[in-house]
Amino acid sequence: MSGKPRLTYLNGRGRMEPIRWLLAAAGVEFEEVYLETKEQYDKLIKDGFLLFQQVPLVEIDGMKMVQTRAIMSYIAGKYNLYGKDLKERALIDMYVEGISDLMQMILMFPFSPPDAKEKNLDSIKERATNRYFPVFEKVLKQHGQDFLVGNKFSWADVQLMEAILAVEEKVPTVLSGFPQLQVFKTKMSNVPTIKKFLQPGSPRKPPPDAHYVETVLKVFKK
Amino acid sequence: MSGKPRLTYLNGRGRMEPIRWLLAAAGVEFEEVYLETKEQYDKLIKDGFLLFQQVPLVEIDGMKMVQTRAIMSYIAGKYNLYGKDLKERALIDMYVEGMFDLNELLMTHGYQPAEKKEEHYANMIDKTENRYFPVFEKVLKDHGKDFLVGNQLSRADVQLLEIILMAEEWKPNVLAKFPLLQSFKARISNIPTIKKFLQPGSQRKPLIREEDVPKVIKIFY
Repeated sequence: MSGKPRLTYLNGRGRMEPIRWLLAAAGVEFEEVYLETKEQYDKLIKDGFLLFQQVPLVEIDGMKMVQTRAIMSYIAGKYNLYGKDLKERALIDMYVEGISDLMQMILMFPFSPPDAKEKNLDSIKERATNRYFPVFEKVLKQHGQDFLVGNKFSWADVQLMEAILAVEEKVPTVLSGFPQLQVFKTKMSNVPTIKKFLQPGSPRKPPPDAHYVETVLKVFKK
Repeated sequence: MSGKPRLTYLNGRGRMEPIRWLLAAAGVEFEEVYLETKEQYDKLIKDGFLLFQQVPLVEIDGMKMVQTRAIMSYIAGKYNLYGKDLKERALIDMYVEGMFDLNELLMTHGYQPAEKKEEHYANMIDKTENRYFPVFEKVLKDHGKDFLVGNQLSRADVQLLEIILMAEEWKPNVLAKFPLLQSFKARISNIPTIKKFLQPGSQRKPLIREEDVPKVIKIFY
């Protein structure tokens, strides 16, 4: 037993990727177990590992944690990435929830039927450009600080960085109207723990491909 | 300015109801503004009140808070309904996230088009009886205490009571196989602030009526 958190999920981004980002940003090393077959997943359920029969699962500090948000709140709290008081936490929570709604669209995109893909891509571009990115551009412009909340690195910065890169993979010019976000992206890329995570060989997972989609459908088939 | 939190939403449950429950359980009085037309909603957006152009909106302690989970975490933290430490919070968060998933099914059932209702109902009841309720029945059985976490009232207890009552509206005997949830329901319903909220005349909202669904959809789409 290494004492490191252990992550159980598919070998791909999905709902586990934000957790990988946050642990990495906090400088926490972790182990991973990859689900490859339905049998493996069914066994996890049968053995009582998954509170609601779902992954992500993160074994950390003696707990078998499930539910992405619960896991991330715990990690953020433990590693001081959750602001200094209740009001800063409220801001971080609001920002993270908004970004999470945008990331949900990206998460679901590979599973859209072929004839809906173009429309869904347009929706992602529209939401990023008109609903979400303007908010963070304005936050950064108004306080002029490097980080979104309380002049200190937090969960919100990590999540926004992840979202920017994820949207750019689909819409390469998405930051063209957002000079503050461009600067933010550069600054975050240079935070040592994030810089390390962005290098080849890190636990960061590649964008979902056809094989990933196939594995998801196979493992979670009813 | 009364100093009370002010809630802006439809005159109905939707995504605001868990927030009403939590404030009521905490004994906090609140005001409500009801959205009735698209124009009202568009004006809120234009005036910059809605961070991500969405409701619920809760004006509280000088903040214009949006995003249901953010709002509820703040209220729970402020009014001591979030456990005593990080690990109790982790448990509460896990339970509550499962409840949010179930709430999504229960809350959206009334909005399903006719051709999808039966399948939605079957899935909703299956998840209630086979995925979610067994977990909380077991939690109560394993520790034998009155509350889900840490032997004191938390947001998890409030949220569980809310979804139990919502599930019973769709299937009255849904607790038949869950004796501990039955006694949990009776016990939590008797907590004075919650008992008050369950009485007629409180700010608790009724189930959406089928004939009101088109009006709601028109406000947002």
